This record gives sequence, structure tokens and C-alpha cells, in this order.
Amino acid sequence: MPTFKVFRFNPDKDEKPYFDTFELPDIKGMTVLEGLYYILENLDSTLAFRSSCRQGVCGSCAMHINDRYNLACESQVATLGNVITVRPLSHMKIIRDMVVDLTPFFAQYEAIKPYLVPKEVPGPREFLQSEKDRARIDHHVDCILCACCYGSCPVVATDEKYLGPHALLKALRFIEDSRDGETYERLAFVASDEGIFRCHTIFNCQKVCPKDLDPTGAIGKLKMKSIWAKLTGKLGKNG
Amino acid sequence: MIYDVIVVGGGLAGMRAAIAAHDAGYKVGLVSKIHPVRSHSGAAQGGINAALANHPDAGDDTPDRHAYDTVKGSDFLADQDAVELMTATAPEIIIEMEHWGCPFSRYPNGKIAQRPFGGAGYPRTCYGADRTGLYLLHTCYEQVVKRNIEVLYERFVIRLAYRDKRVAGVVFLNMHSGEFETLAANAVIFATGGSGRVYSLNTTNAHASTGLGVAIPYWAGVPLKDMEFIQFHPTGLEGSSILMTEGCRGEGGYLLNNRGERFMKNYVSEKIMELAPRDITARSIRTEINEGRGFEDRYVHLDLRHLGEKKINERLPGIREICMKFKNIDPVFQPIPIYPAMHYTMGGIDCDGVGETEMEGLFAAGECACVSVHGANRLGGNSLLETIVFGKIVGDHVARKIKDKSRTADNEALATALTAEKDRFQRLLASEGKENPYDIKNELSKLMFDDFGIFRNEADMKKGVGEILALKERFGKIRKISDTGKFNFDYLWVTEIAGNLDTALAIATGALNRMESRGAHYRLDAPKRMDDRWMKHTLHRYHETNPEISYKPVRFTKFQPEERKY
Repeated sequence: MPTFKVFRFNPDKDEKPYFDTFELPDIKGMTVLEGLYYILENLDSTLAFRSSCRQGVCGSCAMHINDRYNLACESQVATLGNVITVRPLSHMKIIRDMVVDLTPFFAQYEAIKPYLVPKEVPGPREFLQSEKDRARIDHHVDCILCACCYGSCPVVATDEKYLGPHALLKALRFIEDSRDGETYERLAFVASDEGIFRCHTIFNCQKVCPKDLDPTGAIGKLKMKSIWAKLTGKLGKNG
Repeated sequence: MIYDVIVVGGGLAGMRAAIAAHDAGYKVGLVSKIHPVRSHSGAAQGGINAALANHPDAGDDTPDRHAYDTVKGSDFLADQDAVELMTATAPEIIIEMEHWGCPFSRYPNGKIAQRPFGGAGYPRTCYGADRTGLYLLHTCYEQVVKRNIEVLYERFVIRLAYRDKRVAGVVFLNMHSGEFETLAANAVIFATGGSGRVYSLNTTNAHASTGLGVAIPYWAGVPLKDMEFIQFHPTGLEGSSILMTEGCRGEGGYLLNNRGERFMKNYVSEKIMELAPRDITARSIRTEINEGRGFEDRYVHLDLRHLGEKKINERLPGIREICMKFKNIDPVFQPIPIYPAMHYTMGGIDCDGVGETEMEGLFAAGECACVSVHGANRLGGNSLLETIVFGKIVGDHVARKIKDKSRTADNEALATALTAEKDRFQRLLASEGKENPYDIKNELSKLMFDDFGIFRNEADMKKGVGEILALKERFGKIRKISDTGKFNFDYLWVTEIAGNLDTALAIATGALNRMESRGAHYRLDAPKRMDDRWMKHTLHRYHETNPEISYKPVRFTKFQPEERKY
């Protein structure tokens, strides 16, 4: 019988957060998300958590589960021991229980100009892109914006203006896209004060990404690219 | 303040409609109960159809051939003018998504790659690995960000405000504040997705895909159409029912029974095999299981092993990931246990080819709408297509329609609707019953699967209708709901269940009344399609216990009904 220790906090009512403990029945193949639904439906209907697809693609149910950030829907209860402790993502304001305010997370995503700026004028047919060029954006395009990386990042914890691993990975996704025409503008932006050079290469984001993406590596790549662009005069003297 | 256009739903159809209306110069608000990138469009895997003729074997593919396949797949219930419009628009709308940055997979010549899909005469399904929906959804959201379109997310729309069959706006719960609010709008576009969670224990659909967006207009007197046509996807992962894309079979995967036979040869021609349309494939799998040729009387195998690790990693990486995480098996070395799972609602809000409904100012697009382009059975790869094609068409149409910008907010209609919802909320808070609403949801799901599933018959359906009515009565005696202020999920889910019950009753009565088999609606007691009596759409009008059923004709252009053989 798994025991769920669930973080609870309603800032409107509670002086401080606390944990509630629930005993759940053994259900074969149960995920942490299903456990939370079991609690909501049968034990405590006041519990608040986000979820939707329950198959690891919508990014709603990121939270801290035992010793790491993960998607609740992809976390199998059977692999987590007898006591499962769930808490909300860090570094963001808690609205209630597991629900945090993602406003800064999306604001930083929006800041990097997260859309293709084509280098050619679109014609009646698709832009041609070789298989090799397409492979350069493999994985980067698989980000589901769950915010596990953001919650795990110690730089985010101390600097709310830092662009964050999710936004920087997204920036690389466009810089590496053979169809995009704003490489140097993008590099100049991510190399600015609140960008890539704030990263201390701690690898938390790489470790926790539930999609096995590599924001740490992406930031490293952006550092090399922007330094090279600066050295070769592509970013201008003060770029 | 009045919006020109409010779009309810932030998936592909909603975002594409919002973009169209915004680009025409109108003030648009995109309202969704979840953030747009959380929408279930993102879970679509296999691809999106368009006669681009990029595949080496598809040089002479045309929108006309795509239209024929779609009409035949629909078992001749689709409206042919709408189908032709969709397939003719398909190439340009996919090129547009590519120009916006969608990372489609590519051929060596640099063009968008296409794969074969069920029921299609040509390989015309454009894809990005097995994450096509994710890529399209994020690309569309990127364009919403680029345009700075106002996105109001985690606003749970629950009621239409209207007067004299003219829409005035919407009432919603702002999850962030816990307050009920209204938005006034000249036009409202519903793009809220499917009703999969009516079959919550056996569906590929997200928790969010409850069909409440179908129930809200239905409650307001707008008819629904063809609700009895429920698609069961042949390959849901055994246990969780998570989708295993049709792309698995498009890439060459086999369906095997417990004797190791590729049993599809007993149901369709050897040329078609696993790439039969979904209704036929789902029935074939169910028959194998029913006749003792499944495993544990529950599932059959989807076998990808012969494709090899390289191809699986390249074309089906998401499938491998899901199998490992949710079933602890690796499809490179093990067959995947699958069974058919509820996947798609062909029916929906009755609307025409430009999204107009019976209520003035109310439009519908995407899975919640029934245009109808899918008729009695949708082809794989046509749902993503419907979302962006009709998202754009409806958005453009609304923009043309609302030229009069001098309209003012109908504050009286908005206030009436707001008060009605606040009163309902108070009644739920004060409810003195004992019933657990979630037990009702689970029991509903079970009866829907048993009585309105892949194989149907009169006796089960009659029993099923009675059981839904009994559940509705029990729902009137539920325990009081929680009063949590911000993010009141108990209120949200209990409200969704109210929608589930009436959507289920529409499905059930539509199915019971249709005395034939067509597409996904298969009756053991009437196994033939009967064109002379039943070549017509079902219309459902809301009634608490006895929905009113009527019919309306199918629109034909050039495709004559024929026996549907594969």
C-alpha cells in the first residue's frame, strides 16, 4: 500500500505549508498522477494539481516527486518505494497546493522571440531543408515546456530575470534551424546580461528533463557560438 | 468592453481561428481552461494529410483523390462539398505551417516527408517523427505569441450568454482568482476538442477532453449532429489506453493474434492488411479477442520488431518512449500489447462548412464541431487537418461576418448568465446528497464502453439509455462540492461530469435510433448499411431525459455511394 505525502498550501488561508498523508490501495501500474486523482476523487476533493494528457506530452503535471523533478504521469508508483512525497515546482509562487504561477516561465520563453524568422521569402512550396539540417534541430523541438528544468535550476532560484534553460534551449532550436535568418540577433540576445553566461553549468536541467533533452548542452553550444561570433566581429564591438 | 471575437479552446483549431481573426484586424481573446501548449492536439502523433505528392510513390496524388478516400472512409456520410474544400485547402495550409517553422521530417530532396496511413490510396500523411501534433501545436502557439494575441488561460468557460438565439458572450470561472467572470463578444468560436472522457476508463484522450464544449451549446438549444459515431482507435496501449499511432502500421508494423498470425488478411485484402480504416481494424481486433485469439482475453500484439532499432528511433521514438515508461517494454525487442480504445468523436456541434451554428454569432471548429468532413468514420491524419483548415476558414468567415464593429455589449444577457452560474455553484456547495460524483463518472464510462462500444445491439443500448438516466438522477444527489477558492478542481471536474452525462445521452439515443450499421456505428442486429433509409445526419436537441432526434440530408457532389470494400 503506497503512502502519499502531499504538499498542501493555500496562501489565502494557511500560515505555512504542511504535508497531508494518504494511504492508497495497491493498483497495478498506478502512476503518481493516478494516485493524485485517486486522492481527489475519493479522499480529499480540495487537492489542487494540474494535468491533462497523462502520457508525457502536454507538460502540465511537472512536480517534485521524492528526490527529483518529474512528470507525475510518467512516474510509476511501483518504482518509488513505499512513501511517495510530492511537492510543487520550486522558484515560482505557489497559488495552491501543486499549482504554481508559471507567468515568469512563459514570459522568459516569449522574450527570446520564439518563432521562426524565415531567411527567405516564402513561396508557394515548402522551404527545402536537407535531412542533415533537419537533424540539427532533433530533440530541441521535442521540448514540452513542463518547467522541470526551470524548477531545478539554482540560477533561476537566485535571479528571477535569468532567461532560464527552457528559453535558451528554444533559442538554440531557432538558431540551429536552417530556415531561420536571425542567427546573430538571437545570439546577441542570449549573450546579454541575463542570458547564457549566467549559467553555472550545474547540469540539473539536463539531469531532470523528462524528455531526455539537454538544455545544459544547448547553453554550452550557445556560449561557443556567441563567443565565436563575437571574435569574428559578427556581433559588433559591443554586441 | 466588447471583444470582436472570443475563441474558446486553445488547441490547434482555436489558435488557428484566433490567428485568422486577428490577422483580419479584429480584437481577439483566446480563452482556455488550460494553457494552449497543454492542449490535446499536441498528443496527435502520426501525421496530417495533404496531397503534396512528395512521396516517391505518390507523384499523381491530388486533392480529389484525397477527397474520395475521405468520403469512402466516412462510409458516405460526410458532406462532400466540405470534404472537397478541406482536401483542396490541405496543401497550402500545411505549407503555411512549414513556413511558420513546423519541424516536419524530410526526404533527401528536402521536401516534407509523407507516410502511408489507413484507408488512403496514396502515402499522403505528412509527419514530424511521431510527434506531429506536438510540433504543429507549438508552431501555432509561437505564431500566437508573435502576434501578441491575448491569451486568457486557466479560464474555465461553463456557460453561453445569449438572448433570442443571439450570442452575447461567455461566463467562466477564473481559476487563478476563483471568481466567476464574463466576456462580451460579437462572435464566439467554440474550438474545445473532443468528448473522449465520456469513456474515461478506456480512451486515448486527455483528462481535458471531456466534451463540455459540446454540452454548453447543446444546453443552450444548439443542436448536435451525428453523436453516435464514436471512433475506437485500433491500437491503444493495454492498460492505460495511451495512443500507439497508426504510423506504427504505416511504417510497416504488424498486428498479430495469439497464434502469431497477421489476422487482418481474414478481414481485408492482402494488399491493405494493417492499413484498413480504423473502424474495420478495430472491429477485426475485437473479433479476434472475442473469439479467443487474443492474449488474456484482452489484447493482441502490435509488432514493430522487424522494423529494427534504427527505423524505430528515427520514425517512432515517442512510441518507444511511451512503451518503456508506461509498460516497461521495449518495442525493439518485444511486441506491444494493444486493444481498441475510444479515440475520436466524429459528431459534435451542428455547423456548416464555415462553422455557423443555429445560434447567431456562435461558430464551431475542430473536433467539437461536426461539419461533417468525417461522416461515420474519420481517416487517420484527417483530424489534425480539420483543425487547421477549419480553424482558418471559420476565423476568416467570422472576420467577414462581423464587419459591424459598433455593436455594444449585451450586459443584461451577460448578467443573467452570470447569475445563473453563480446560483448553480451555490446549489452544488449546498448539495445534501451522499453520491460521489466520480463514481458516477466511472460507472458512466463502463456502461458506455459495454453498451455503446465497437459492437452494439438493441437490447444493450436500451439498457444503456436507462442506466444513463439513472446516473443522471443520482447526479442530482451528489455530496456537496469543495469550496477552495483558487483552482477549484472539484467544481471543474463535477461540472465536466454534468456535461459527460448529457453528451452520453446524445450518443446513446442517436445510436439506438439509427437502425443500420455505418462506419464506426456497428449494430449486430442491423449489420448492413441502409442508404435508402439512413443516408442522413442525426440531429440531437437537448432535453433532460429524452433528447429530440431528427435528421438532415447529406450533401453530395460527385462521389456516388458504393459498397465500402478494402
